[in-house]
Amino acid sequence: MKRYSAFAIAREALKGHTGWERAWRNAQPKKRYDVIIVGAGGHGLATAYYLGKNFGITNVAVIEKGWLGGGNTGRNTTIIRSNYLQDPSAAIYEKARSLYETMSQDLNFNVMFSPRGVLMLAQTEHEVRGYQRTAHANALQGVTTEFVSPERVKEIVPIINIDGPRYPVLGGLWQARAGTARHDAVAWGYARACSDMGMDIIQKCEVTGVTRENGKVTGVETTKGHIGCDKLGIVVAGHSGQVAELAGFRLPIEAVPLQALVSEPIKPCMDCVVMANTVHGYMSQSDKGEMVIGGGTDGYNGFTQRGSFHHVEETVRALVETFPMISRLKMLRQWGGIVDMTGDRSPILSKTPVEGVFINCGWGTGGFKAIPGSGWGFAELMATGHSPLTADFGLNRFREGRFIDESVAAGVAH
Amino acid sequence: MSTRLASGGRLTNRSKQIEFSFDGKRLTGFEGDTLASALLANDQMMLGRSFKYHRPRGLVASGSEEPNALVNLGKGDTHEPNQRATTTELFSGLEATSQNHWPNLDMDIGAVNGLFSRFLTAGFYYKMFIHPRPFWKHIYEPFIRQSAGLGKAPKAEARDPDTYEHFYAYVDVLVIGGGVAGLQAAKAAGEAGAKVLLVEQTAHWGGRAVVDGGTIDGMEAEEWVKTTLEALGKMDNVQVRSRTMGAGVYDHGYILCYERVRDHAPLAGGPRHRMWKVRAKQTVTATGAIERPLSFAGNDIPGVMLASAVRDYVVNYGVSVGDRTVVVTNNDDAYRTAIALKKAGMDVPVIVDARQMGGGALMDEAKALGIRVETGRGIAKVKGGKRVTGVTICNQQGEGAMIEEIACDCVAMSGGWSPVVHLWSHCGGKLNWDDAQAMFRPDHDRAPTSHDGKPFVTVAGSANGYLGLKDVLEDADTAGKSVSGSSAMTDAPKAENAEEKPLEPVWLMPQGASYDLRMKAWLDYQNDVKVSDVQLAAREGYESVEHTKRYTTLGMATDQGKLSNINGLATLSNALNEAIPQVGTTTFRPPYTPFSMGAIAGEARGDIFQPIRKTPMHQWHMDNGAEFEPVGHWRRPYCFPKAGESKHDAVMREVRATRDSLGLLDASTLGKIIVKGSDAGKFLDMLYTNMMSTLKPGKCRYGLMCNENGFLSDDGVVARIDEDTFLCHTTTGGADRIHAHMEEWLQTEWWDWKVYTANVTEQYAQVAVVGPNARKVLEKLGGMDVSKEAIAFMEWKDGTLGGYNARVYRISFSGELSYEIAVPANQGRDFWDALLEAGAEFNVTPYGTEALHIMRAEKGFIMIGDETDGTIIPQDLGLHWAISKKKEDYLGKRAQERLHMADPNRWQLVGLETLDGSVLPDGAYAVGEGYNANKQRNTQGRVTSTYYSPTLNKGIAMGIVHNGPNRMGEDIPFMAVDGETIIRAKIVNPVFFDPEGAKQNV
Repeated sequence: MKRYSAFAIAREALKGHTGWERAWRNAQPKKRYDVIIVGAGGHGLATAYYLGKNFGITNVAVIEKGWLGGGNTGRNTTIIRSNYLQDPSAAIYEKARSLYETMSQDLNFNVMFSPRGVLMLAQTEHEVRGYQRTAHANALQGVTTEFVSPERVKEIVPIINIDGPRYPVLGGLWQARAGTARHDAVAWGYARACSDMGMDIIQKCEVTGVTRENGKVTGVETTKGHIGCDKLGIVVAGHSGQVAELAGFRLPIEAVPLQALVSEPIKPCMDCVVMANTVHGYMSQSDKGEMVIGGGTDGYNGFTQRGSFHHVEETVRALVETFPMISRLKMLRQWGGIVDMTGDRSPILSKTPVEGVFINCGWGTGGFKAIPGSGWGFAELMATGHSPLTADFGLNRFREGRFIDESVAAGVAH
Repeated sequence: MSTRLASGGRLTNRSKQIEFSFDGKRLTGFEGDTLASALLANDQMMLGRSFKYHRPRGLVASGSEEPNALVNLGKGDTHEPNQRATTTELFSGLEATSQNHWPNLDMDIGAVNGLFSRFLTAGFYYKMFIHPRPFWKHIYEPFIRQSAGLGKAPKAEARDPDTYEHFYAYVDVLVIGGGVAGLQAAKAAGEAGAKVLLVEQTAHWGGRAVVDGGTIDGMEAEEWVKTTLEALGKMDNVQVRSRTMGAGVYDHGYILCYERVRDHAPLAGGPRHRMWKVRAKQTVTATGAIERPLSFAGNDIPGVMLASAVRDYVVNYGVSVGDRTVVVTNNDDAYRTAIALKKAGMDVPVIVDARQMGGGALMDEAKALGIRVETGRGIAKVKGGKRVTGVTICNQQGEGAMIEEIACDCVAMSGGWSPVVHLWSHCGGKLNWDDAQAMFRPDHDRAPTSHDGKPFVTVAGSANGYLGLKDVLEDADTAGKSVSGSSAMTDAPKAENAEEKPLEPVWLMPQGASYDLRMKAWLDYQNDVKVSDVQLAAREGYESVEHTKRYTTLGMATDQGKLSNINGLATLSNALNEAIPQVGTTTFRPPYTPFSMGAIAGEARGDIFQPIRKTPMHQWHMDNGAEFEPVGHWRRPYCFPKAGESKHDAVMREVRATRDSLGLLDASTLGKIIVKGSDAGKFLDMLYTNMMSTLKPGKCRYGLMCNENGFLSDDGVVARIDEDTFLCHTTTGGADRIHAHMEEWLQTEWWDWKVYTANVTEQYAQVAVVGPNARKVLEKLGGMDVSKEAIAFMEWKDGTLGGYNARVYRISFSGELSYEIAVPANQGRDFWDALLEAGAEFNVTPYGTEALHIMRAEKGFIMIGDETDGTIIPQDLGLHWAISKKKEDYLGKRAQERLHMADPNRWQLVGLETLDGSVLPDGAYAVGEGYNANKQRNTQGRVTSTYYSPTLNKGIAMGIVHNGPNRMGEDIPFMAVDGETIIRAKIVNPVFFDPEGAKQNV
C-alpha cells in the first residue's frame, strides 16, 4: 500500500495525480475463506481489520449487498462518547473512544477524529440526579466525565440559551475527550487497511443463504455464488433479523427508522456536541460548517430509509428553543437510516445457536461511536471464543434477564 | 459590463426605484427585481467566494438552483446567512453582504487555497494532516473549519424577532409548480370538481413559457397564463398560492410546502414563513426542468452563466449580463438566448455549437439576425479572473488546441435540460434514463405508492421530460384529468412544439481535454468539484456514485447538486466505462430547497414551546413565590421560600411544619385513570403485581406495575369506586405513559375484555392535607365525618367539606395522618384557599416536591424514578408483600422468574447513614474489592436517594446494596465523584422514622 502523506500528495500533484492506487481492491470472491463477515459497514470492516491485526487471520472476505459504508455508518451524526452508565457499555464504548484517538495514524487515513467534547444537558432535577450518578459511575469505569454548572455550560457553548422559559439548563455532563469523526472515512480507512492485508471486500454481493452441516456453518450462498468459510460474522445493522433467519435462528430485534438532518453550512459557531434529552434533540457542527441535528427514533417499525416529518419537526423545535440563533438557518437535507433495537437498548455481540456463526447487532441509535471497540471485541470473540468486552452482550442475557439497560441514562441514546 | 437596458423587463416596474445595499454600497433597483437582477443591473458580477479554493463566484442561474450567489441578508437579530440572491425579492432597505472571504470580497486571503488547487484535490484531507496526532484538533481542523463554512453564523445571542406558523390543508389534488403545466393540470382537476391547491415557489406564474414565448389557444403565453389564473380564481374548489414551494413528499400523500409569506416585505405584519402540511389524495408535480452547465475550463469564472438565466435577466428584468455574450451549447434552446440578446440590441459575437450539424429553425433565425454560428466547436478555455474577458474556441472532438480567441464579457452555456424529479423521488419514485434527450425521467411504472399500493404522485410537463410547449400542455392536461378522475372530453390547450434538432450529450468540452483543462472544468461551483476530481475518485476505487459524492463532495453544496449531479455522474460513468443508468443517481432528499428552522419549529417557541400544564392552584403558587421544577409537562412547586429564605431552608421548614402541625401539598398532578367495565378487576390483576379484583368498593390499595421485562415502571393507590369501576392513581410523570400502556394491552392483546379507560387527571384538583392537625382542619371546614371510624386508613368516601364536593382518600405518603382530597377542578382553587384560611390557626404550610421526597424517604417509601431506573424489580425493593402469590399471571411475572431476576443475591434496598451524619452524594456507588476484566472498579451497591432529614437532624439515604438486607449494621465504602475520596456509610433499616406507623394510624 502506498502510504498517504503530505509528501505523497505533493509528489502526485506534479504528475496529475495519476499515480494514486485504488483505496481497496475490486475483489471477486474466492471459493472459501477462514472467515466471512457479512456487511461492509464500520462494524464489519473493523471486525475484519482486528482479526487481521490482532490475530493474524487475513484469509477473510467482507461481503456487502450495496456499497461499503452505505448503511448506518454513512448516515449517522458521527458522535463519539463513552459516558455510559452500565459497566459493560462504558467498557466497550471507552475502548472504542480510545481507539478513535489513534485511528488516523493506525490506518494511515485521516478519519478526522475531533475530540471537541460532548455535553449532555440536565434540564430537570431528575436529569441532574441521573447525570450525577453517571459521573460517579464513570469515575469508577476509567471514563473521564464531569458534572458542570449552567455557567460552565454557557462557557463551553456560547450559542446555548441556558435560561429558556420552559426548561432552564440546570447543569450538564461533560466529557471533554468525546467528540466526532468523519463517518465515511472510518469505513474507507478500514476498508483500505483490510484490503492491504489481503482481505477481499466484495461489494454488490448479497447473501441469500447460509449453508450448514451438522449444526455448523459451511459458507454462504450469494448473488455471486457459494462461498465457503469456517466462521461467519453477521454484522448487518438494519437487517440483522433477516440474515439471522437465513442462518436459522431468530433475534430479539426490531428495525426502526432514525432520522437526522443538516443545516446549510455557516462559519464555526459551536465547538462541541450538545445533547438535550429532556426536549429530545442534539446538535453539533461539522467541519464543513453544517449544523448536524438528530433526535429520537420514529414510533413504528419499518425498512424505508426515511421517516415521518413530525419527528424532524419535534427535534428542530427542541433545538430552536435550546439554540435560538439557529431559527434563521435553513434545513438543507434530511435523511433516515434503519436501526436495530433490542429490549434493553444494548447491542448483541454473541455466539449463536449455529456453530461458527457469530452475530454483532442491536446497536440501536448509537453504533457509530462503538465501531472500533465493537470490531476489537467481536474479532476477539470470533478468533478465541471469548472477549471481556463482549462477554456481557451475549444473546443468553435475554433468557436470563441479565439486561444492560441504559435507558435510565439516555432518553436519546447517541 | 452588466447593466440595465434602456427598456424591457416584464417583471420590473421602472417607475418605482428601490434602495438597497450590498457590502455597504448603496445601490438602487426597481420594484419587481430580485436581488440578483438588481445587483447585475449595478454591474456587480462577483458576489461571493467558493467553498474550498475561495474562487470568485458570480451568478450562474436565475432561480432556486443557484449555487453561487449566496449572501448574508440583514443583520443582528434578523441576520440570515446563505440566502440566494436569485430567490430574494428586492425590498426597500435590503442589506446584503457577500460571504466566505477575508478581509473582503475583492481581496480574499483564502484565495491562496486556489494557488494550491493542484495539491488540494478531492479528498486530499483524508491523505494528510495525519501526523503529529494533536495537530488535527489544535491546528489543522480549526484552520479547515474557519476556511470552510459559508455564511456568517448568527450571533450567539441573536433572537429571531419573527414568528412562524403551520397551516394544514386537506385536498384532493395538490399541484406543485405554477408554470403552464401546473396551471393546466390545476385547471383540468378543478374543472372536474376536485378540491385543488396549486402552489408556485416564486412570486410569478407561467414558468419558462412566458419568457420563451409561444402561442397557446391562440394567445401569447403571457395572456394565456393570465386568463387561466383568472379562471382558477373563479373556481371555489381551487386555491392558489405563490411564494410557496413544494418542499418534500412523504409517505401516504403527506406533502410539505414552504411559504415565504413576507420575506419580500419584512415590515408587513404576520408570520415570516409558513409551513404547510398538506394531505393530498393525489399530487401533481409540475416542477419544470433545470438547464445544465457545460464542463469546459474556466466555466466557473464570473460571467459564465446558464443560457436560460441570461435570457431571464434580459426578458424579465431588462438587465444584460454583458455587452458581448458568447453562447455555447449542445442543443437548440440556447439559440433563444442569442436571439433575445440580439433583439435587445446586445452583441453576440458567436454561437459555439458542439454539434457538427448545428441546430434547426432557431439556428436559421439566429443566422438571419446576423449572428455567427460555429458548429462542431467547443470552448477550450474561458479567460479572465474575477470576470470573463474572452474565450478560446477549439474543435469539440479535439484536445483543446486554440482555433480562435474571442473577446467577450459573458458566456451563456447550455448542456441540455434535466427534469426536476426531486419530489417524485423523495418517497421512492424511480427514474429511467432517456438517451435521446440525455436526461433522467420519471418511470411511471415505478411511482411512489401510498397505503393502498397505488401511485400518489404524477409528474407533468417538462418535469416529465416533455420540452415542447404542445407536449407539455397535453401531458399536464392528461395529468390533471387523471388525478381528478375526470372524464371530460375536452382538448388540451392548443400549442405548437418548436422544431428543434436533437441535442448531443456533451459531458466534457472539448471531449479530449487535457488534465490541465479538466482540473479547471468545474462540476460543482460552490464546493469546487471539478471533472478531474470525479475522475480521481473513480481511479481510487470510489466507484459507487455515493462514494464519489462523499469523496469529492459533489452535489453536497446548498444547491444539493441541482446543476452538478447529472454532469458529475456522466463524468463518473465515462471514467468507469459504464452506462449512466448503471451508475445511477444519489438519493433525492427533502427539502427541495433549504427551509428555515423557524418555519419547522412553527408557533411553539418560548413559553409555548411545550405548553405548561397547570393545576387549578398554579396561580396561587406563582403568587406565593414558589420555586418550580419541571415534572412531565407540569411545573410543580419545589418549595415555597419566604423572603430572604434559601431553598434549602424553605424545604426544612416545610418538613418540620408538616410533621409538627399541618402541611398542604398540591397533588393534582398525580395521574388519575378510571378503569371501568365488567372485566376491570381481571384487567387490573394483570396490570398490577397485586390482586386488585378482591378490593372492596370504598377501599384503597397501593399497587405496583411492571413492564413485560419485569421491571417496576409505576406505582400508586388504586381505589375501587364501585363493582365495575376503579380509579388508578399513577405518578405525575407516568400518567400519560401508563394510560397508553393500558390502552396498548387492551387494544392489542385483550381486545375482547370489557374494559374502558379514561384519563381524568385534569378533571380533579387534589390536595394532600397532612400532619397531626389534618383531621382538625377538615372538621373545622365541616361537612362529612372524617373520623378514624368513618374513614379508616386506606379507605375513601364521597361527601362535602366546607361546601365543596369532595372525595376523601385516607392515604399517606409521609407517615403522617393524611387525607388526599379530590374536588372538581373548577372548585380546586377555592378549596385550597378555604384550607389555607381554616388552617391558619394550625400554621398551615404549603409544601413542595422536595419536602414530599424527604418525608417519604424518612418513612422508607420508594419513589419511582429514584429507587427505580428501569432495571429494578419489586423484589429488589423489599416489596414482596405487594406481589400476589395467588395470581397465575401478571405483566412481568414470567420475566421475574428468569435466572438472574430470581437470584437472591441481587442488589437490594436498604437505608444508609454516613458515620458522621453527613449527606451521602447523590448517585454514589459503593465500591467492592478489586477490578473487573475490563479494568473497571468493582462495585457492590449505590445510593438511590439521599437527603438531609430535618426530622432526624442528619443525612439519610436509601440505596441498593448487594445482598443488603442481610448485612444490617455493616459499614461499606462509597466513592466520591472525584474517584478518590471514600465515604463510609452504615447499612440500616430503610424506615428511618416512626417504623410502627403510630403517627399515620391515628
